[in-house]
Amino acid sequence: MLEYTLKRIAYTIPIGLAVSLVCFMLVHISPGDPIDSIVPPDTPTEVIEQIRAEYGLDRPLPVQYGLWLSRALQGDFGESISKGRPIGPDLWVATKNSLMLAAFGATLGFVIGCVLGGAAGAFRDSWIDKLCLGIALFGVSVPHYWLGMVLVIIFSVQLNLLPSMGMGPTGPWAWDWDHLRFLVLPAVTLSLIPAGLVTRTVRGLVSDIMGQDYITTLRGKGLRTSGIVLHVIKNAAPTTLAVMGLQLASLLGGSILVEAVFAWPGTGMLLNNAIFQRDLPVLQATTLVLAFFFVFLNLIVDLAQTALDPRMRRT
Amino acid sequence: MKNIAHSPMGLPEPIIVTPAHVADGYWRGVLGRLMQDRLTVLSCGILLIMLIVIVFAPVFAPYSPTDGSIARRLRPVGTPGHLLGTDELGRDMLSRMIYGGRFSWFIGITPVALALLIGGSLGIVAGFFGGTTNMVIMRVTDVFYAFPSVLLAVAISGALGAGLGNTILSLTIVFIPPIIRVAESVTTGVRNLDYIEAARASGASASSLVRIQVLPNVLGPIFVYATGLVSISMIIASGLSFLGLGVTPPNAEWGLMLNTLRSAIYSQPLIASLPGLCIFVTSICFNLASDGLRTAMDVRA
Repeated sequence: MLEYTLKRIAYTIPIGLAVSLVCFMLVHISPGDPIDSIVPPDTPTEVIEQIRAEYGLDRPLPVQYGLWLSRALQGDFGESISKGRPIGPDLWVATKNSLMLAAFGATLGFVIGCVLGGAAGAFRDSWIDKLCLGIALFGVSVPHYWLGMVLVIIFSVQLNLLPSMGMGPTGPWAWDWDHLRFLVLPAVTLSLIPAGLVTRTVRGLVSDIMGQDYITTLRGKGLRTSGIVLHVIKNAAPTTLAVMGLQLASLLGGSILVEAVFAWPGTGMLLNNAIFQRDLPVLQATTLVLAFFFVFLNLIVDLAQTALDPRMRRT
Repeated sequence: MKNIAHSPMGLPEPIIVTPAHVADGYWRGVLGRLMQDRLTVLSCGILLIMLIVIVFAPVFAPYSPTDGSIARRLRPVGTPGHLLGTDELGRDMLSRMIYGGRFSWFIGITPVALALLIGGSLGIVAGFFGGTTNMVIMRVTDVFYAFPSVLLAVAISGALGAGLGNTILSLTIVFIPPIIRVAESVTTGVRNLDYIEAARASGASASSLVRIQVLPNVLGPIFVYATGLVSISMIIASGLSFLGLGVTPPNAEWGLMLNTLRSAIYSQPLIASLPGLCIFVTSICFNLASDGLRTAMDVRA
């Protein structure tokens, strides 16, 4: 187990480096000179060269990459070109907001998925199964940004029940209804994708487990249904948790569209603004942080799954 | 011309005339099973109708998708002359939905097709040759797996800028790694089977091994997997246009229309949500068709 853990952690290092290289290259695949977006078109060449040197853009690429990465690892992501201030603090707030939204969305999706998937797997091929599968299909097929708009039309425009934009009153976040109600629509919208995927996973797992010999044995020796359910949950848990962990991670990056619909001030908004102001350092830094989160959560999920279920151990 | 099949009882059955193409038996079976699956037939039918309508858009669309007059803006659904009303610039919604389908389908399907071609080849090469080749290809794939797919698509097309080509490029990059993984694992599975060994022992070259023995056995599962990606590809592609990264105005595209109509959710909520409904219907039909195909071909996911 220890050997596997160390190996798995060691493998994260080259992946992390390669991921950071991809993020770094984002600026360099972009057409045009990044300097052009901050200086007026008639700037003399010497001034442009001076600014280039200030940003370190005159050095060879490998040097730039090394400098950028070592600063980024210390939390210094450089300056936003459009705002002229350090990226770090804004990125930190945005990540916190996105993480909150993703955690709510993922938890909600997880609960819905477990209930639907459990019911579908236990009553396989019945109408319950078909209904749950239908809902799951809806969840994985619906364009979530459209669903967000529809929810806004129903609950904000028509019924006037819930707010459609932003994160609530200015000032620090508080755990009261005045703030939480801003979270409802985006979190529900976001929960649909994991709900669909978790439903399918849990359904498959539960119906597999129900068909196993040991369940028949348990039934045969007279165990009550509640006892059997416990056995099923115990056996389905590792895989389900793994799917969930990966979903949380991918929601963190995938919430860009939902954040755009609801003007949620998270990393999605940050990316969106960065794209339109051609603020490439912000695009670079945000992508890096989200991708690192993804790599990290992947690692945690793998290790947790291995700890829970020795059959999963890969070398 | 001895074609006497024996029943379990050992009694000779009546002589069966050999069909002209026995080798097509598998595909005939797949088609037969597909046709019995009503949901799959229905979704394929809807997709086919959509395809015909968007291919012959000039025949079906009553107006031009880009001409409109501000004086006729945001007319409700059912307005005489404008069956689905008009959009925020007074353009006919029905025409824009039909023409919009062209772009949405194109930017949704092209990346998967390209990724199938590139990722499929790389995956088969990795699986067939194994060793260092496999390691290099699979480790590079791992790197792209370390990004959530939507994030990767947005980051690449954000860096490249808006435009049809950039959207397709970024989505192709997103879909290559998963296809490589599937192609690699399927090919690795086939490579170690006895009939490949037999062909190798009888002196078949690597290229003919791949062409004659490997390809026919791996293309099915890879293709089925790729069809399952079309739905998500359409959602992300239209999503990029929704963010303003894909198709540029004044062209009609479902995601882009959804974005520009956001200002109309108070006055014409129905019109504002119509383009999204199109994306949804297309996506769900592709999902159902892909599931049906998977079941009919008996491919394990």
